[in-house]
Amino acid sequence: MGKTFSKPAVLSHTMTHYCPGCTHGIVHRLVAEAIDELGIMDRTVGIAPVGCAVLAYNYFNCDFQEAAHGRAPAMATGIKRVRPDLIVFTYQGDGDLASIGMGEIIHAANRGEKFTTIFINNAIYGMTGGQMAPTTLPGQRATTAPTGRNTDQTGMPIKMANLLGGLVTPAYVTRQAVLKPQQINKTKKAIKQAFQYQVENKCFSFVEVISTCPTNWGLTPLASLKWAEENLLPYYELGDVKTPE
Amino acid sequence: MAKVLMKGNEAIGEAAIRAGCKNYFAYPITPQSEVAEYLVKRLPEVDGVFLQGESEVAVGYMIFGAAGAGERVMTTSSSPGISLMSEAISYIAAAQCPAVFVNIVRCGPGLGGILPAQGDYFQATKGGGHGDYHLLVLAPDGVQEAVEMTMQAFTLAEKYRGPVMILGDGLIGQMMEPVEFPEDLATAPSNKDDWATNGMSTRKSKKRNLVKSLYLDPTELNAHNLNLKAKYDQMKREEIQFEAYNADADYKVLITSYGTMSRVCRTAIDLLKEEGIEVAMLRPKTLFPFPEKAVFEAATKKSCKSVISIEMSMGQMVEDVERCVKGQRPVEFYGECGGDIPSPEKIIDIIKAMI
Amino acid sequence: MQTEIKFAGFGGQGILLSAKLLAYAAMKQGSFVAWVPSYGPEMRGGTAYCTVVISDKLIGSPIIKNPTHLVAMNRPSLEKFSDTVKPGGIVFINSSLIPVRSNRKDIIELVVPINEIAAAAGSVRAANIVALAAFNAKAKLVDPDLLKDCIKEEFSAKAKIIPLNMKAFDEGVNFADNN
Repeated sequence: MGKTFSKPAVLSHTMTHYCPGCTHGIVHRLVAEAIDELGIMDRTVGIAPVGCAVLAYNYFNCDFQEAAHGRAPAMATGIKRVRPDLIVFTYQGDGDLASIGMGEIIHAANRGEKFTTIFINNAIYGMTGGQMAPTTLPGQRATTAPTGRNTDQTGMPIKMANLLGGLVTPAYVTRQAVLKPQQINKTKKAIKQAFQYQVENKCFSFVEVISTCPTNWGLTPLASLKWAEENLLPYYELGDVKTPE
Repeated sequence: MAKVLMKGNEAIGEAAIRAGCKNYFAYPITPQSEVAEYLVKRLPEVDGVFLQGESEVAVGYMIFGAAGAGERVMTTSSSPGISLMSEAISYIAAAQCPAVFVNIVRCGPGLGGILPAQGDYFQATKGGGHGDYHLLVLAPDGVQEAVEMTMQAFTLAEKYRGPVMILGDGLIGQMMEPVEFPEDLATAPSNKDDWATNGMSTRKSKKRNLVKSLYLDPTELNAHNLNLKAKYDQMKREEIQFEAYNADADYKVLITSYGTMSRVCRTAIDLLKEEGIEVAMLRPKTLFPFPEKAVFEAATKKSCKSVISIEMSMGQMVEDVERCVKGQRPVEFYGECGGDIPSPEKIIDIIKAMI
Repeated sequence: MQTEIKFAGFGGQGILLSAKLLAYAAMKQGSFVAWVPSYGPEMRGGTAYCTVVISDKLIGSPIIKNPTHLVAMNRPSLEKFSDTVKPGGIVFINSSLIPVRSNRKDIIELVVPINEIAAAAGSVRAANIVALAAFNAKAKLVDPDLLKDCIKEEFSAKAKIIPLNMKAFDEGVNFADNN
């Protein structure tokens, strides 16, 4: 019997720093599988954000740059413009991308920059310890919203995929989740498709991934999956928002 | 090569291309937008990259990304824009990427004005962004030097793998003067395979490269900062440039001045000489590293009774001059920073009052 | 020896171009030159001015309070700058737009109806070339033929307007020589 399972070459041997039950590990692996399957590891440059994935460069064996908070899309623009032959992806969380980096992601998407963004939406700031994010649900508690998000004061959660999908410039924009095996399979397809569009030099590609944060939600990993399923998915509908065709 | 008559801003753009820089990212701001207007036409002729970013914040990181990928890259801006880029400049210095920043300085603080000034000396020479870092800062006194220094800046940025700044001002950007371009620079940065994210497939070593500034371990971070400091110390040994004007005379007063202001001082010194009054000038061409020893020696020449720093600021470089003179001579200051450049006549009055 | 010429007028009167052509010709003649514009909001339709410095040695301060000569293309420019001109200098007055004079006895006034001369030569759009030609004929700063070559070079992409500008140039020189 042959070997049926192995680690993608682009994933390093390092033990991650992610909390038990965190879905970053799953998404890292899906990104790694896509890179391996497309055979692009030796021309791929990843960009790590500020947030929980700040050390993502330790978990991938390809070239990496580390951005300041929210600026990954501008860095990706810089790399991709001067080296269009490289495959560039940013890996960003919701505080990084939807709050401080809103300007950079909107403009990069609108210019149709030919890079790929993986956007982890778990409705909270993870690394800094559970503060309210632009994606935090109404009434959801956070350390800076101790009685729950008050939408009179802070507005409604931002649906990034829909926002970017609303731009006129052609792009691939999709929202997926990693709460169940079927969803993980679909996310894998979407991530690979996103990289494929880049390989074809077709368009900007954006995959929002609904994820969990057991530590900052104050839930067990299992309860987190359930909470996300019941609360995040009704607000953040899954599926393609826009395709370039 | 024959001389051409060019605006400083356009000449800086042309100098970058002749230095082998084919990548330019920028955001419009007076008084330097002509650089972008020039390069948007010129870069396509050399298959270069031109991009107008959405903000100076974003442009700073476009520069970071492109420099990290090992390509020669430049941006130009003016004071408020440089403030916005300063975050990225700190990261670029920390991550050790070569990049050239041109600041065509205008009056501040805040929105200030659009006329020439030298109020960004502290920002340029003492850091500007957060943390322990320095830019190598070159200060041209006209269009010809702006061209030469822009070209040098790429060599220096690559030698030290860090950001280099040209500190000009609105006059240098807007003025036309005859320029003669030096020899073109070779096109490829030499050692980028050792550090740049230029793609593993394009280099011999299969080791992946990482461009980053995060060091969570205190010992590692301290070592990293010592490495950076070693570069700044090397700059102090190898890169200092200055001009000594009328320094052979038995001068009573030494002027320290740089950039546009130094040209006015030069005229004042010539006119004073006609009246039999000897004054010399020490003009730093590198503001960091600062010509510490040269300033000390010029100030402590036997004939010299006092030193005055003349700037288009409220008193910035004078702090470095005081530091270098070490209390051996009185150090005075004169400055204006509203956009009017002090006239030679004004400088003459001030010098006469000192004697 | 250093000569400074201030060109002043409304934005759109060709101030910056006339100054540049003079600086360019002086450079070709082997002089050190600097062309220093005023810049900022006044570029948007207000009074614009520009100084050309021509010298036989490296130019120190390019900031000139008292120019050798003034080319005033509109009334506000004349009123603002005529008193700053050094004694003995030329004050050029565009009489097509300026009904007053400088009231100075220690300068040379050169009064030229540039619009009328340009119109007679073919188009008022060449008025700035009339002014430049007439002023240079009086001030004798650069060889007129060299200046004409510089104008041809400047307009090389719009070759069909070169004959008009050459005619305007000659008429400007004629007027200055005869007045």
